[in-house]
Order: sequence, then structure tokens, then C-alpha cells
Amino acid sequence: MSADRIAVMDETAVRRAIARMAREIVEKSGGSPTLALMGIQRRGVQIAALLREEIERAEGLRVATGTIDITLYRDDLEAIGPRPVIGETVLPPGGVDDRVTVLVDDVQFTGRTARAAMNELMDWGRPARILLCVLVDRGGRELPIQPDIVGRHVEVLSGQQSVEVMVPELDGRLGVDLVYSRPEVA
Amino acid sequence: MSGKILLRGGRVLDPSQKLDDVRDVYLVDGQVATIGERLTPGDDAHVIDCDRLVVTPGLIDVHVHLREPGEEHKETITTGARAAAAGGFTAVCAMPNTDPPVDDPAAVGFVVSEGRRAGAARVYPVGCISVGRRGERLALIGEMVEAGAVAVTDDGSPVMDSGLMRLALEYSLAFGIPVADHPEDLGLSGRGHMNEGLVSTRLGLPGKPNAAEDTHIMRDLLLAELTGGRIHLQHVSTALGVEMIRQAKARGVRVSAEATPHHLILTDEAVEGYRTEAKMNPPLRSVADVAAVRAGLADGTLDVVATDHAPHHYDEKEAAFTDAPNGVVGLETSLALMLTRLVGEGVIDLPTLVDRMSCQPARVFGLLGGTLAPGGVADVTVFDPEAEWTVDPKAFRSKSRNTPFGGWTVKGQARCTIVGGRVVFER
Amino acid sequence: MNQMTSPLGKDLVGLERLSGQQIRAILDTAEPFKEISERRIKKVPVLRGKTIVNLFFEASTRTRVSFEFAEKRLSADTVNIAAASSSVSKGETLVDTARNLEAMRIDMVVMRHGSSGAARFLADRIPSNVINAGDGWHEHPTQGLLDMLTIRDHMGRLDGLKVCIVGDIRHSRVARSNIYGLLKMGAEVAVCGPQTLLPQGIGDLGVHVLSRVEDAIQWADVLNVLRLQLERMQAGYVPSLREYNRIWGVSTARLERAPRDLLILHPGPMNRGVEIDSDVADGPHSVILNQVTNGVAVRMAVLYLLAGGQPEKAEAAKQGGEA
Repeated sequence: MSADRIAVMDETAVRRAIARMAREIVEKSGGSPTLALMGIQRRGVQIAALLREEIERAEGLRVATGTIDITLYRDDLEAIGPRPVIGETVLPPGGVDDRVTVLVDDVQFTGRTARAAMNELMDWGRPARILLCVLVDRGGRELPIQPDIVGRHVEVLSGQQSVEVMVPELDGRLGVDLVYSRPEVA
Repeated sequence: MSGKILLRGGRVLDPSQKLDDVRDVYLVDGQVATIGERLTPGDDAHVIDCDRLVVTPGLIDVHVHLREPGEEHKETITTGARAAAAGGFTAVCAMPNTDPPVDDPAAVGFVVSEGRRAGAARVYPVGCISVGRRGERLALIGEMVEAGAVAVTDDGSPVMDSGLMRLALEYSLAFGIPVADHPEDLGLSGRGHMNEGLVSTRLGLPGKPNAAEDTHIMRDLLLAELTGGRIHLQHVSTALGVEMIRQAKARGVRVSAEATPHHLILTDEAVEGYRTEAKMNPPLRSVADVAAVRAGLADGTLDVVATDHAPHHYDEKEAAFTDAPNGVVGLETSLALMLTRLVGEGVIDLPTLVDRMSCQPARVFGLLGGTLAPGGVADVTVFDPEAEWTVDPKAFRSKSRNTPFGGWTVKGQARCTIVGGRVVFER
Repeated sequence: MNQMTSPLGKDLVGLERLSGQQIRAILDTAEPFKEISERRIKKVPVLRGKTIVNLFFEASTRTRVSFEFAEKRLSADTVNIAAASSSVSKGETLVDTARNLEAMRIDMVVMRHGSSGAARFLADRIPSNVINAGDGWHEHPTQGLLDMLTIRDHMGRLDGLKVCIVGDIRHSRVARSNIYGLLKMGAEVAVCGPQTLLPQGIGDLGVHVLSRVEDAIQWADVLNVLRLQLERMQAGYVPSLREYNRIWGVSTARLERAPRDLLILHPGPMNRGVEIDSDVADGPHSVILNQVTNGVAVRMAVLYLLAGGQPEKAEAAKQGGEA
């Protein structure tokens, strides 16, 4: 591992956190049989899959999952430009109406992604309740939106560091790194 | 100022006398008095230093549209004559497709008197072949010639009726004037807006095939041969057209023909991007056609360079391609473009250029000038063959700016234009 | 300029100047947009606050409605201007129209115009994004894109497919956009129709030229059948619509002799019994209604990709107001 990144969580730590988060989801949803997990594209999808496995294994509950892509609900189209690749939004079987729906993301930062995801979810239907669940809360909120379930809080030096979550499907391993961003060379 | 002018020490280039040497040219009372070395002028002579400049018989453009009467917002006889002088031309032939058209002696007289009043390049009227340019019956050709018309044409439109064209050629024989035709079969080209070919297909613009021009060139040549009349083919743009004229000349047909600077330099690729400045009739053609028109000018098949100066108001050209009118201005760019692209690229030499822009136009249309032979009219062009400049349409004396050559860097510029011994333009 | 901010540039005037990669980006982007039209709330907020003018100098219900749905499903504010009711019919020139649009600070203009080059003309003169909804005989890029998307949906690919465009190629902007697009995506393209309706030099674009529809059916995997406009018969390009149907019409009888099942497209509106017989248009191989559905998705993709396409603005945002 290069000097400009520090491991914050290794695979064991992530799996431990997932196990705890799974329990909290079940508790907070009151063991609802209508529970649905919606992974936010892209790495939220993998985190949601891990949570689902854990809940199904530990609780014996069947959990519906779906994915949500917030590209079209972002508020910074003109700043970043359009992304030609838009991920898929797939509802859990039966939709989200009247379900306890858990939005799952890898990292929470400004809160804008969660805002966009909630707006999109509302366009899809009327969930009974929405919970927000993230593996890492790195602080730096720009909107008053706080997660209900958090794997780990990580202190990040604004502008100098960022948090990266690695998942096996995309990155070949499971873990969380703190990455030092180099100052731009003029 | 029409007293005495001494043009001192220029390269005097007069193909009519096979002259190309450093000489002084002395103009007295509107005539060329003497050409010699180190002439001593009278005390009252105006001396113009022509060191490193070229002195030639005045350039003549036998094909311009001055738009007056009727479309004075595009050009007037005065602005056109001044633009001509600024471009180094001492005379122009004004086409009759005005509104109303110049189809009777009174209209011809109007052009003559307006031309005199302008006091710049000479303006020779060309009358219509047919009344109202309608292609139905002959206009008053004889009376128009008496009033000053130097040729007839229905330019802007072809004479579609071959029978009428035959009559025009026969009838004009009595007056010794050429019948000029805009060769185009409207049935073949009528709806076209550019050359028909790959570019028109790509741009989705209706095209005019070469054949539209070629069929009428062939017809006109056959009629000239039949009647013994003098046909002048305007703005020849096709390879086959050039070849047919070459063969007709070899057979002794009395034919003369024009090439325009734009058909000598640009292809239909210039239309790319729907550039309305590159829209004209006949349209810009293919690379092969440009090469053939160049060869025709070089070997004399095409006798003259004529601009087909066709001014249009800027907002008429600022339109969708199919809505824009045909035509480009040329008077103020012709000499420089010919020097830069034709002489500069070795297609023709400088004496040939002067021949095609002065001697031949005078011969074909029977005009004054075209020579610096002593005793002849003092129409002289002095230009700097080395002066580099950038074409800026906003600086044109013409009222219009519709040129595809805007922004081009060219070499060669008129310094002094003298008409009848009077300096009408100096730079 | 940073291409990332606007994969297509400022405008979509035609497919001729797009790369295969750009075309693929539009088609791929259209995929997720298909699904939005299936939602209960058929709307996403991506173009919220953008104003779009649909400027139609030629009547076209189909294309205009398709664009309007696309715009509304992206939450844009739209205004429709039809030539008949606008100042255009009172002699206003295209350049004045352009200046007025600019003065009204319109974000995007979708234009249909009878003159080839009109879209380019407008695009060169206003800062708004311009989308060509058909200009003269030149291009109709969104139609070309939706045709390609429909073919790709059904055949799984474009590369290596044989697509024949049948009918009035000369006067067809749809044909040109299809030719440019399909060739860039690796398809083989042929055109078929009476020689009077094939433009000079069409073969030089890299397409095969077939004069008989029977040959086209033998050769092709896909037929894109163009509408034969009544005016063409009046102008003498074909002697009669009946004769056209007998010789170039796509009929079941002819298709039965095809060596393989052909996919049948038609950009609409159809002249049943002229260029295409009803049993073909309504038959199992016709994807004409899929084209209509895909039209909305493709137009959404184009609007979306162009919407962020104000590179200056994007650059400025990234560089903290500089530039």
C-alpha cells in the first residue's frame, strides 16, 4: 500500500460493521416483513448486498433489495456535466409503497446524494418509512440529513483527505481507505 | 487633372505591343503620348513614381452587376464604378438585369450618363437580348447600340428559347456586337442551389449538374456556327464546356468566353457549412472543373477574366442557404486573387494575366483601351505586385460585402487607376 | 475545452460529424431513459428550470410531440412555436428569429426547418443548445439515433448488420442521418429506390446502391422504409403511386421470398399501400411502434447530454469562477 493511503477498515472490520448494521436495521425496522434495501449506485449496491446476506443469515428474514441511481436527481449537472453512463434503478419486487425502505450508501459526505435518492424514491412511490444507512460517515454535511445507521465515523481533513470504500466486485477487495489527495501542481 | 501625367520608372507591361520593360509612360490630354526611357516631362506634368510597380493598359471587367436602377441598396453605378477603380479597373460592362431591366435606349442612356457622373471607371452598358428579359422577343438592340450598349445579354437568366437565341445572333451581326449568354438549361438546373455532386448530396442541397451548363454552351456554339454571329459565353465553369469552346474555336466559330476568379480558385467544398458567400450561379464546381477552367484561361480558350461582380445586401445573404441569393462581389479582389493564385501558382504568367484582364476584354467587347500604344486612350492601371494585404470586406468601396475571400491574405494591389488621363483612384 | 463536460458539444446538428463513440454514448444513455417512461411518475428533475423552445417551421406532429414528451419527462419548461402562428409567417427572417431567442435567454432550441443547413445556421448564431429536428433534406439526427437504437434492441448489435434504406433517398434527411450513423457504428448500408430519387454521388458516401426492392430484400437484415411524399409524384419523380407500390412497395409477398426474417422500420407517417403494405406494417417483423417509443428515450438522452454542455460554465464552476 502506498504512502498516500491509510487503511481505516480491513475486510474483517467491514464485515464486523456490516453484522452490527444488519442488526440495527432489523431493530429499527421493527422486524418488518416489508423491509426493502435500496443500494445507491454504485458501491451502495454492494454494501446493500452484504447487508442483505447478513440479515438473511442471522435473522432468517427474506429481504427485498433494489438499486437506485441518482444521476438524474443530482443538483450539479451544470457543474460536473452529464455522465453518459447512467446506472440502473431497479425496484424491489412489489415496489416501495408502504414499505420500510433502507437507502444504503458506502460513504455519507454532504448529504446531497441522500437528498437526491429520497426525492427519486418518492417519485417511485410512497414508502412507509425511509432509513438511511451508510458504511462510513465522513462528516462535512451541507444538508441537514443524518444517517440512521452508521458503520464507522471517520475524521477527514477537509480538502486534503477523502474516504474510499473498496468492494470485491469493483475493486478486488473489501475495505475502507483514507486517501490523501495531492495538492494540484499548478 | 487631365493634363500631363508622367508614370516614371515602372515595369511597363503591354501585351498588345509585346512590351515588358522598365519605361516611363507619358500621358498627355487623355491619350498615351510616349513610352520611353528617362522621358523629360513638361513643367506642368504630374509625375508619379512607379519604381517597383507594374504599369499596364487599364484593366477591364466585362461582367459586373451595378444594380442601378432598382436595387440601389446593394450597389449604385457610382459605388460600383468607384469599387472598380479601387480594384484597378478602368472600365466595366454593366449587366442589364436591373429593375427595370436595361432593354431600351433610354435605359442605356441612363447608365451612360450615371457612369459619366460617377467619374471613376468607365461604365459601358450592356442591353437585354429580349424585352423585359422575358425571353420572348428581341429588344431594341439596334437603338440600344446607338445609345451606347456594347453587347446584349439576358444575364442572370439564360435565353431558353433556342429560336430566339438564333435571331439575336443573326440580328446582332449588323451592329458588330457580341451576344453574351448565361449558359444554363433551367429545366436541368432550375431548382438547384449549388453544384450537383457529393457535397450537395451530403449537405442535402438540391444540385445543378454540369450538364445544365454544357447543353447550353453546346447549343450556343452550334447557333453561332449556324448564324456566323458572335457568341460570348459568360462565366464558364465546367471542364466539358471549356473543351467544347476549344473545339469550336478550332473550327473557326466566333466565340469568346469568360472565366471568373471564383471559378478559377474555389470548388464546391467552399459551400461546406452552408456558406452563402460561396453561393453563386453557375455554382462552384469540382477540382477537375477548376483545373480545366485554369487550363482554358492559360491557352486562351477562355479569353477574359470577368468577375461577375454581384453585390447583395448583407441581410439577404444572412439566411438559410436555399433562401440566399446567388452572387459574389469581385471588383476589389479580382486583381489580387489572380496575381496570388493564378500567377503565383504558375498557371499563367503576368503578361498573360494582363492580356486576359485588359487586352482581350477590350477586343472582345470592342472597347477603348486594352493597349498603351501611343495615340490610344490614356486608361492605365498601376499596381504593386508585391503588396501583401488581407481582404477585409468592411473596407470595400462597394456597397456590398458578399465575398467568400474575406480574411484571405493576398499579394498585389492597385496603386493608381487612370481613366482618360485622369487619376480616378490612388492608394 | 473539456470534452467531459459535454460529450456532444453545444449542439446536435447531425450525425455526420459525430464519432462512433459519441453515437454509442447517446444510444447507451437512452437505455435508462426508456425505463422512466414506464414509471408511474414519468418525470425526473434533471432539466428542472431549463427552458426549451420547440420551433417548428414545418408541421410535424410526431417529432414535436416526441420531443415535448422527452422535455417534460426531464422536467424542462417548454414552449412550442409553430410557423403558422409565429412571426415567421409574417416575414421574419431566420436571423431575427435567432436574435429573439437569444434575447429571451432560452436554454435549448429544438428546430425543424425546411431549409438544409438551417439548424447549423441557428447553432452558429446563438449560445443556446440547438437540436436539429430535421432541416430540409440534410439531417434528422434524432430519427437516425432512434432507428439505430431500435435496430440494436432487436438485433443485439449494429456492427456488421446489413441495413437497406428503401425509397426517396434524394429528399430524405432521415436517409442521410441513417447512413452517417449506421456506417459509423459498423453496419453495412444500402439504398434502394428509383434512380430519380437517389442523389448524385450517393455511392461515394460508402453505401451500396440497389435499384430493385427484390434485391434489397435478398441482401438486407433490416429494411428502413421511407415515406414517399405525394409531392414527389406531382413533381414527376415517379409516374404514379400505384406504380411505385407495384415496383418498390414492401409487401408480404416479397418478404416471403427473403432468405431470412427481416426487421422492418418506417420513420412514419406511413402511406399504407404505397411504400409499405398494411400487413407488413402491422406484421410480426415490424418495429415501427418500438421506434416511436424509443424516439422519446433517445431525445431524452440527447437533451440530457447537451444540457450540461455549456463548457464555459462548467469550467468556471470547477475553477472557482475563473475562465
